[in-house]
Amino acid sequence: MKKTPLISFRLQDKLNYSFLSLIALLIIALLIVMITLLFREAYPAVEQFGWGFITDSYWDPAADEYGGLAFLFGTVVTASIAVFLAAPVSISIALFINEILPAKIGKVLGLFVEMIAAIPSIVFGLWGLFFLAPWVNTTLTPFLKSTLGFLPLFQGPSFGIGILTASMILGLMIIPTISSICKEVFKTIPAHQKEAALALGATRYEMLRLSVIGPSFSGIIGASALGLGRALGETMAVAMVIGNSPQITSSLFAPAATMASIIANEYAEADSELHISALCFVAVLLFFVTFIINFMARTIVWKNERRLKSRG
Amino acid sequence: MNSSFKFRKFKNIFFMSLFALSSLFVLIPLFLIFKYVFMMGATSLNFDFFTQLPMPVGEDGGGMKHAIWGTLTMVGIAASVAVPLGLFCGIYLSEFDKSPLANALRFCIDLLTGVPSIVIGIFAYILVVVPFKSFSALAGSFALGIIILPILTRSTEEILKLVPAHMKEAALALGMPRWKVIYYIVVRSNLSALITGMMLALSRAAGETAPLLFTAFGTRFLSFDLQSPMASLPVQIYTYAISPFDDWQRQAWAGAFVLIILVLGLNLLSRCLINYKAIIDFFKKGSP
Repeated sequence: MKKTPLISFRLQDKLNYSFLSLIALLIIALLIVMITLLFREAYPAVEQFGWGFITDSYWDPAADEYGGLAFLFGTVVTASIAVFLAAPVSISIALFINEILPAKIGKVLGLFVEMIAAIPSIVFGLWGLFFLAPWVNTTLTPFLKSTLGFLPLFQGPSFGIGILTASMILGLMIIPTISSICKEVFKTIPAHQKEAALALGATRYEMLRLSVIGPSFSGIIGASALGLGRALGETMAVAMVIGNSPQITSSLFAPAATMASIIANEYAEADSELHISALCFVAVLLFFVTFIINFMARTIVWKNERRLKSRG
Repeated sequence: MNSSFKFRKFKNIFFMSLFALSSLFVLIPLFLIFKYVFMMGATSLNFDFFTQLPMPVGEDGGGMKHAIWGTLTMVGIAASVAVPLGLFCGIYLSEFDKSPLANALRFCIDLLTGVPSIVIGIFAYILVVVPFKSFSALAGSFALGIIILPILTRSTEEILKLVPAHMKEAALALGMPRWKVIYYIVVRSNLSALITGMMLALSRAAGETAPLLFTAFGTRFLSFDLQSPMASLPVQIYTYAISPFDDWQRQAWAGAFVLIILVLGLNLLSRCLINYKAIIDFFKKGSP
């Protein structure tokens, strides 16, 4: 008793495949529409200011004059300091969990680190505004001024909110990103490589340096770059603690503004056409900077993985 | 020789303790955040918070009932569209991963994952707010949906790729059409893991503030009208936190407390779901 289906299996599969392809096309189209619309909206500002937008830091909505250099500066500086602070900590945590702690305790510590990634950024902002900023103002700033005060970085008045506080919050937020990718990278190291180092009489630290950190160096760079990509786009936590004044200073205590924070602050209230367009121009810049950083980071991590796999 | 060995030993201990110290660098701020949110939040939380609307400016009291409902509504609407799309995209990427369209899709999903959420907000503003000429809950849901989509697609792809090939081959050898193999074997056998991925993506969307600032905007009233502005918990926390009123700041902490319970609760619950499955499997098979 063979029951023939209404439509053949081959046709059924084809239908399924075209349905899935349609959805895939839809998502791709959505992204293309997104980028086109963003460009169209930013075009008036591009036409008006051109490259001058990136080299000029004068931003005055009242006079309808816009230059985005100060935001570019704020974004790049806060994100770089954040990575500079977070990368060593994240790498050590990844090593500590993967190579040193017993598996079960390592898992618990890993869960705690992952928990940071789950906290909404508005909560980081709230905490930063009411607790980290006063602490930076009363404890950290006097300490830095008395020890490293000869550097221009640590001079000038401090209000608690500013580049330093924003970078610290950002650093904390990107630790789970960097450490989880580092963990993945370290896992691809074959065990015999580590055992070889130990057998030659290396101490544990030397083993880690020679056979874990060394071969996965480019992977670590990639992980840090992914963290940088995340730090560049982070909005709320930064908007709440950076002070939002578009200026370029050498002092880390001074308030500044980032690309994301200026959009969050001014977009809903922008009324002139050119103001909205200028903010969209900032968004396009932000989009491209994060895209390039993420793309490079992914390529590095992926290449490193392949190299290690082909060797192992 | 002996002294160099001692030095190496010392270096070893030094770096090992440095590694241990670095984990303290993370655990201390995490502990402090929880301590303050729980301390400030639990003391300022009361029953009014869940049942009352905000009072007029200057009066104490009131709650965030409208914002809680707003967050649930918008995340719900976003999920009802983005979850099926994300699942299908993930299935496509894992089952037909050699086709050029899949490569293009994977590139797009990677790109979307990296797009800052504030830029997604601008996109929703241009696409939904501008044509309708008003801030709307619909625009907010749209933005949240774009946040959910790439996260869910990624996790679905990763989960389904782990299905062993022999399972699929056995089903195909029995004469099942390919689509049945996909939906009845591959997807069904991983349903709980897929649900975990979905809940993680939703918890991420529930905590997002930036894309809602100029899409759903926020109101002071309970509203279920999708065409008009709608309040949400994160945006409400933001407006209250940067306000100069003590009572509003108190409520911001209460809001943060509720939000963190909601988000972490979803997150931990979904993680437990995985472990629960592992425990059940362990007893069924008798071996891990």
